[in-house]
Amino acid sequence: MENLSILTHLDYTLMIVAIGAALLGAVSGALGSYAVLRRQSLLGDAISHAALPGIAIAFLLTGSKTPLILVLGAAIAGWLGTLLILSIVRLTRIKYDSALGIVLSTFFGFGLVLHTLIQRTGNANQAGLDTFLFGQAATLLERDVLTIGILGGIALTVMLIFWKELKLLVFDEGFAASIGFPIRTLDILLTSLLVVAIVLGLQAVGAVLMSAMLVAPAVAARQWTDRLRLMVFLAACFGALAGVSGTIISSTASRIPTGPTIVLCATVVVGFSIVFAPNRGLVWDRIRQQRNRRNLKMETSRY
Amino acid sequence: MQAAEQKAIQVTDLTVAYQDKPVLWDIDLDVPPGVLLAIVGPNGAGKTTLIKAVLGLVRPAAGNVLIYDKPYDAQRRIVGYVPQRGSVDWDFPTNVLDVVMMGRYGALGWIRRPGKKERELAMQALEKVGMEAYTTRQISQLSGGQQQRVFLARALVQDATVYLMDEPFQGVDATTERAIVTLLQELRADGKTVVVVHHDLQTVTDYFDWVMLLNIRRIASGPVDEIFTSDNLRETYGGRVAFMK
Repeated sequence: MENLSILTHLDYTLMIVAIGAALLGAVSGALGSYAVLRRQSLLGDAISHAALPGIAIAFLLTGSKTPLILVLGAAIAGWLGTLLILSIVRLTRIKYDSALGIVLSTFFGFGLVLHTLIQRTGNANQAGLDTFLFGQAATLLERDVLTIGILGGIALTVMLIFWKELKLLVFDEGFAASIGFPIRTLDILLTSLLVVAIVLGLQAVGAVLMSAMLVAPAVAARQWTDRLRLMVFLAACFGALAGVSGTIISSTASRIPTGPTIVLCATVVVGFSIVFAPNRGLVWDRIRQQRNRRNLKMETSRY
Repeated sequence: MQAAEQKAIQVTDLTVAYQDKPVLWDIDLDVPPGVLLAIVGPNGAGKTTLIKAVLGLVRPAAGNVLIYDKPYDAQRRIVGYVPQRGSVDWDFPTNVLDVVMMGRYGALGWIRRPGKKERELAMQALEKVGMEAYTTRQISQLSGGQQQRVFLARALVQDATVYLMDEPFQGVDATTERAIVTLLQELRADGKTVVVVHHDLQTVTDYFDWVMLLNIRRIASGPVDEIFTSDNLRETYGGRVAFMK
């Protein structure tokens, strides 16, 4: 009767939390598809880590824990981190992966120092900032879910409006530039959408593991389809699925951080997809190999 | 101005440098309308960079490019571009028809999606390159030659007057090579100007009527029978080429 007891826990609060997690899973899954196809999976990691000091600074400046203010701080810091990475690559001879590593660890370290300082001040208000490290979906309130819904909805709408342009940017940047699309602007647009998806997920999933919400659903979705439209849709579904199941598991058991739980749920989806998906899956591959070998044997034994 | 004097492409004093190393040095090039021009030179000669500079994809340190007397920005509707096949990830989740329709994106402009008209144009272009049977084929399942034909079809639906192609013969099978040559000659017969980065010295005289010899500097350019001489080639390749005329 374990199941029943979980079901009775599906009260109003949990429903709110689950809706929030589903929304942010869908938004980050859909937008993460572009990051994965551009081979920028690690950019999400850098953005989410770079967002951390933004939260602390926003809190220090305003003394408020209003999610919108903290999210705004996170977004600005994440954005600055990304710009810094792109500028380092453009202006110096340092390569992309090194720039990523430098910015990620510097911003994250700075964020940790600020958080420690805030905790030392013994400000009664400071409790709760920790949730941004590993995520605590249980802290999601109705207004947070509304924020996720509205900002996430805007991000997805922008993605749909510029569908053709973003697809061309990801597939063939040089050609896009040759026919007159401003690829730097489109690049900034796409990165901004990723920043939105990431900062929305910080409270529930945490800075440390947020990038998995971008990468895992997209990687799983790519296994099942060869069409971009379907891939983005499936990634959104997988993200929502991982979000909801991870949230429910972490909310019912006591004090399990949500981020790791969601990521483990997403990993199950990825693992299943890598093994069992048709065409690209390992099982399918093995079957095809054996069939080929058998056919070849039959062909050759005739002679 | 006399029509005979008009240039399809006019490059003046073009210099491009990456960091402090010059890749192209003081290039002048006049391409008259209706010629099939091969850009030939050793690795690192700046062939791809020259094409990208004409397309405004790399910023020159100095110099000027005109397409039919106007800067590229004003003329991009009449220029078609075939990038190197290896410049994109062919595992991208899309099919042949979709890639070819991308050639219409410039004419469509922002936000508008390709529709029935774009689909028809793409089908016609695919027929021209002999790929009409592959419209729904996943692009990761194409051979090198088929990938190249898809890129050519995408340029054809651009319905351009000037075409710039970066190594369209790279790594393609003999059938595709013949098909591409036929296509290039049809384009020229229609009065289009086609500029092709080319690697195979053996076929220059057969396939092209104009040639540019390039090795960071322009060695020579003009009609193949005047320019494609062993002296010029030796100068281009630094005497390392055993010539075979």
